[in-house]
Amino acid sequence: MLTLQCPYCGVQADETELSAGGEAHLTRHGPGSTEDEFHDYLFTRENPRGVHFERWRHTYGCGKWFHAARDTQTLEVFGTYKAQCTEPPKELRDAITAKRPGWTWREFS
Amino acid sequence: MSEPISALNHARFDGIADIAEIGLQGMITLRGDLAARAVKSAATKATGAAMPGANAISTKDDSGLCWMSPDELLVLCPYAAVPEVLAQLQTALAGSHALAVNVSDARAVFRVSGPAAREVLAKLCPVDLSPAEFEPGTIRRTRLAQVPAAFWMVDNETFQLVCFRSVAQYVFDLLCVAAQPNSEVGVF
Ligand SMILES: [Zn+2]
Repeated sequence: MLTLQCPYCGVQADETELSAGGEAHLTRHGPGSTEDEFHDYLFTRENPRGVHFERWRHTYGCGKWFHAARDTQTLEVFGTYKAQCTEPPKELRDAITAKRPGWTWREFS
Repeated sequence: MSEPISALNHARFDGIADIAEIGLQGMITLRGDLAARAVKSAATKATGAAMPGANAISTKDDSGLCWMSPDELLVLCPYAAVPEVLAQLQTALAGSHALAVNVSDARAVFRVSGPAAREVLAKLCPVDLSPAEFEPGTIRRTRLAQVPAAFWMVDNETFQLVCFRSVAQYVFDLLCVAAQPNSEVGVF
């Protein structure tokens, strides 16, 4: 069972109250991008065993999109943060480093 | 004019809790920045209720304000007063980035009451309904089996629950099953 705290309403939301929104912090390549960029935007996704960043939506609650950082192997949740963040907040990255020294995910570490 | 009736027209069931569709309830969805002064003053003046904090409801007589999200309130008022309250809100919010719309006939409202009322909802929702966590004044939007719903406590043994009108029968049936006689769990 996965429980994420919604950063907008503060509710500890059970997974069944949420919708999964896939990988976090994707750059939306559109007109003007190269074919490779567009291909990667559409199809290339991380599939880590360990630290992962995702988008979730509090569908049955306040309705807001947000981000979550968790471990795909242990289901440990490192934290959640608002959708307006374009990258994981430094405090959260530091907290993950304390628990998973040497972690990397895309360009973040 | 035809006479408005609510989704289930006062359907009732008595089990380990009393389930009742309460009939017509005035409801206005107000969307806007709840931190904005214009939105706060419009909502509180239209209802007489204080501005609720996050996940809270405040009431005054027959009116109230339910916090639904950082940019949404559900305004409660008597059904017949909706046109007047709506006009008042829209006048107060002219020029603000906000929206007020009458949803009274798009929702159904139930009352779940009795000593086992907490258990009835706890069987259906992924919410901690223990008295330490959920008390009168708290509102929660959540999942009731397969549909969205919002509920709050009127007093220690009474919940008021709002769902979409299109699923009113489904919600009533769910509540009746969860309230079957002799189905107390005794967890609270
Ligand atoms: Zn939320």
